[in-house]
Amino acid sequence: MIEYRIHGRGGQGSVAAAYLLAATAFHAGQMCQAFPAFGAERRGAPVTAFVRTDAGPIRLRSQVRTPDFLIVQDGTLLQDAHITAGLKPGGGMIVNTTRSSDEVAKTFGCRALAVGATAMAVEVIGRPIPNTALLAALLQATGLFPIPSLAAALKDRFSGEVLENNIRLIDRVAASVDKDIWKEPAVA
Amino acid sequence: MLEALEGSQAIARAVALCRPDVVAAYPITPQTHIVENLSRLVAEGDMHTEFVSVESEFSAASVVLGAAAAGVRAYTATASQGVLLMAEVLFNIAGMRIPLVMTVANRAVSAPLSIWNDHSDSMAVRDSGWIQLHCADNQEAVDTTIQAFRIAQETELPVMVCMDGFVLTHTMEPIALPEQKEVDNWLPPFEFSRRLDPDDPKSLGTLVAPDFFAEVRHSHHGAMLKALDVIAAVDRDWEGLTGRACGGLLEVSGPAEAKIGILAMGSTLGTIAMGMEHRGPDVASARLIKLRAFRPFPAEALRAACDGLDHLIVIDRAISPGLGGVVGTEVAAVLADVPGAPRIHNHAMGLGGRDIPETVYTDLVAAIADPDAPAFSIFDADLQKLAPEDR
Repeated sequence: MIEYRIHGRGGQGSVAAAYLLAATAFHAGQMCQAFPAFGAERRGAPVTAFVRTDAGPIRLRSQVRTPDFLIVQDGTLLQDAHITAGLKPGGGMIVNTTRSSDEVAKTFGCRALAVGATAMAVEVIGRPIPNTALLAALLQATGLFPIPSLAAALKDRFSGEVLENNIRLIDRVAASVDKDIWKEPAVA
Repeated sequence: MLEALEGSQAIARAVALCRPDVVAAYPITPQTHIVENLSRLVAEGDMHTEFVSVESEFSAASVVLGAAAAGVRAYTATASQGVLLMAEVLFNIAGMRIPLVMTVANRAVSAPLSIWNDHSDSMAVRDSGWIQLHCADNQEAVDTTIQAFRIAQETELPVMVCMDGFVLTHTMEPIALPEQKEVDNWLPPFEFSRRLDPDDPKSLGTLVAPDFFAEVRHSHHGAMLKALDVIAAVDRDWEGLTGRACGGLLEVSGPAEAKIGILAMGSTLGTIAMGMEHRGPDVASARLIKLRAFRPFPAEALRAACDGLDHLIVIDRAISPGLGGVVGTEVAAVLADVPGAPRIHNHAMGLGGRDIPETVYTDLVAAIADPDAPAFSIFDADLQKLAPEDR
């Protein structure tokens, strides 16, 4: 079983990202589970969402305490030193930030991949919603599920221009991230 | 065929498959997505029902009461404060023995205000006379929702389908929905033997003087007890159609030779089962008892399920202040006259949405060995957060 925790702020599509990641795994033939930790339901407030994927049925329903992967949708959340709490030693974090991957990795002492997702999202979809770009980066780096499975998940949820723009965005992010660099667990 | 669906979305589609004639509901967290999805299905022409947007839960319950009394299939859903605002009508519905179905997206009850999951809301109307069925996952919630319409018709009693708020309602997971044709063939057209009919006038829920009230209650109690067989039979019949069963009245899993049992309602048991799977080598295994039917209470099935156990841990997701756990107390009562019955260890946990980790399995089993443990505790309460006099 692989576990994921997504950190973001209300309005950035963190819960949608969790559902999209689960649906991506499902389209790739895996079982999945995604759910939010709802708190203050307002724009800008920190939001956490959880995902599990596995070959077989998933019965565990607790919050994800020891994620394999973290997605951080908002660079300001890196000010929280506990954001990597429980991250497995072999895991990694995908971060929406203008800082470098090395800088984030050094700060948190774990594998990190920095993606300028907000800028790319603004450019391609015209809105600062970083979620699909970060998912594409996760898939490309880990090789867990193919990008077309994410595209299929997007098709379940969106249509028209929003869908087309997001497909362009994930393809562009995929082209900018080296494939399978995190295929193997990090050496702790 | 499996689809990756949010629990609420799946429930709305399951309800639509049952073709209710009337849906009335007032949105409340965490039931909201069920109502939103039903509303969308109606707006987009995928569901043909009289969707009544009401101004309160009291009205929602009143509308479905009237609809079913007039002889049509009706559905509503609510949670938490919504259940409490409905309470008067819920007793009326049950007292008049009106067959209808309601989803409760289980949530804590204020005060203090909490939007998160526990079972305080459905427990508060435990004695209303509704059938109460609890769901362990979203597949069971879908299957139980469809079954509930048939149980309601066959028993002429209202059925509450309880599913854990957020933990199930807001979780996306693979869920199979049956085909429309399958449900059409399986669920007979709605009929209510005492429906209000101008050609055959009668009254429902009128004044009953002391000379008949006790008999009405006796009859209702008997109908609830008879519903035990119907709940089990409908689940078996559903399994014949879909290959999936929800456990009937209760479901026993885990090693038969286990001396420890753990009983829970709702989604908690999956986490406990995983905790057992991942336990350390020195931690005993347990027989897991999933209590699906809470009302009517399956006393006989429970006695059989507990046969051979030395200890039974009963998990409550609500508390009756001044008593302890409701499920634990009821289980103890049912086992009281059984020779060699297991010792009951009753714990409430996950109140107001507190996360239940899989490590709870090992902690629960370890707590059995503590001779000073109280008969009831709120297992995950951190007493250090309280003033010394409150600990």
